[in-house]
Amino acid sequence: MIRFVDVHKSYRVDGRDIPALQPFSLDIADGEVFGIIGLSGAGKSTLIRLINLLERPSGGSIFVGDTEMTALAEPALRAQRRRIGMIFQHFNLLASQTVADNVAFPMRLAGERNTAVLRTRVDELLARVGLTAHADKYPSQLSGGQKQRVGIARALANRPSILLCDEATSALDPQTTASVLELLAEINRELKLTIVLITHEMDVVRRVCDRVAVLDAGVIVEHGAVADVFLHPQHATTRRFVNEALPEEAASELAPFAQVPGRILRLSFRGDTTLTPALGRVARETGIDFNILAGRIDRIKDLPYGQLTLAMQGAGVDAALAALREASIEIEELSR
Amino acid sequence: MNMLQTLFPNIDDWGEIGRACIDTLLMLGGSLALSIAIGLPLGVLLYLTGKGQLRPMPKLYAIASLLVNILRSVPFIILMIVLMPVTYFLVGTKLGIRGAIPPLVIGAAPFFARLVETALREVQQGVIEASQAMGASLWQIVRHVLLPEARGGLFAGVTVTAIALVGYTAMGGAIGSGGLGDLAYRYGYLSYKSDYMLVTVALLIVLVQLLQMLGDRIVTRYKRH
Repeated sequence: MIRFVDVHKSYRVDGRDIPALQPFSLDIADGEVFGIIGLSGAGKSTLIRLINLLERPSGGSIFVGDTEMTALAEPALRAQRRRIGMIFQHFNLLASQTVADNVAFPMRLAGERNTAVLRTRVDELLARVGLTAHADKYPSQLSGGQKQRVGIARALANRPSILLCDEATSALDPQTTASVLELLAEINRELKLTIVLITHEMDVVRRVCDRVAVLDAGVIVEHGAVADVFLHPQHATTRRFVNEALPEEAASELAPFAQVPGRILRLSFRGDTTLTPALGRVARETGIDFNILAGRIDRIKDLPYGQLTLAMQGAGVDAALAALREASIEIEELSR
Repeated sequence: MNMLQTLFPNIDDWGEIGRACIDTLLMLGGSLALSIAIGLPLGVLLYLTGKGQLRPMPKLYAIASLLVNILRSVPFIILMIVLMPVTYFLVGTKLGIRGAIPPLVIGAAPFFARLVETALREVQQGVIEASQAMGASLWQIVRHVLLPEARGGLFAGVTVTAIALVGYTAMGGAIGSGGLGDLAYRYGYLSYKSDYMLVTVALLIVLVQLLQMLGDRIVTRYKRH
């Protein structure tokens, strides 16, 4: 469990305090993938660095497990940091060391001297990230995606319970991003590792996160389960992020349905309801007519979801809506 | 031997030139080793205590920086004369190889320290942050991150310092420290034996060339990664 209690942070610039994060409290549960999304300058890099105290908060307390990080003296803090892995946008590998030595580095820092132990663990880690063949290469000889895999192997070396991802896929192309995210999801599943990631892409959140916090100018404007935030964004900033991830949806929201007869509704299906023929059954039973204006079926992490924008006509619309709600379909009325 | 005599009529003792070469190399080697031994820690100190670095200490930085600047702004020949009492105190003589080494080191160490500071600043902040996140101590960061990552720049700094020291040793010759500079000054300048001048200058050029080539080779080897 990572817990922020009344934490705030400001930077002192030219004798004035510039607030970076407004006071907030937040809990991140063990084993979940928690996303923090925001535009650049929103404070997300600061927020993630508060967890391992690369940034010290101006006030409030931060707990990792039972340990109050903000109360630790330097040596104890270093020991705690070894239990928290971190990967970076620009990988931050040691250019002077081979892939194998980069991965062994955190173990050496922690005092491991036994070369056999180091080698076994490095082999194990490189196998996990699929880089066994590259052990003796230098970082400059690798592609961006491979460098990030080395970063992940290095971050896992000391068997941490938490992995912090600082814009880990922002410097990668879409295909490489997908494969790195898949690796992160796999690590989360198999090692039961808590992952906190920051990003400016809603698509990253949709693919791997369980919960998300939306950060806007130093304020957490919205947080919750990804499906809730994604399907029913409340704040303008969140809607912008969601619309970026779903360009066609954004277009449909803007399109004027004024000339379309009937009531304009948006239906959201999640999980099992996505797979049931509820809409057809309800239409038959209540004698309504519907016309699909826009729609999408996809996944949020492992959860299938569908979202349809419909125009409904007929005497039985209210009864149909009640029946659909009965079948756990979420309905928003966009017109009338 | 005959051809040498016709080309360089004034040089009757080639052995003296050989001894001067060895003296220059000894002064260079000794002062370079000591300049690195003093300049490297001083450069690390300058780097770490600088503004926005790992251990910012504005006052300590200002003092160290001022000291370095003062030593660097005094022309070496003046520094050598000014330092004579210090030299005598340190090594018991103002002359010869031993007498040359203290001023050479005091002249070159601050110069090298600045080059070390610059080389360390070239190390990516992100790599330092990553090692902090891994729980590295300050000493571990210096020893295992900063110095290895900056080694290309550090070797380039050693090369530049070594070449500057060749120049300094030659200047030292003018006030009795021996070596090739001493030969050039005594025979070439004071006794108008220009062939001495020619040979010593040629030897100095060869020495500087060799140092630069060696330095470049080491730097490229480490820059490749």
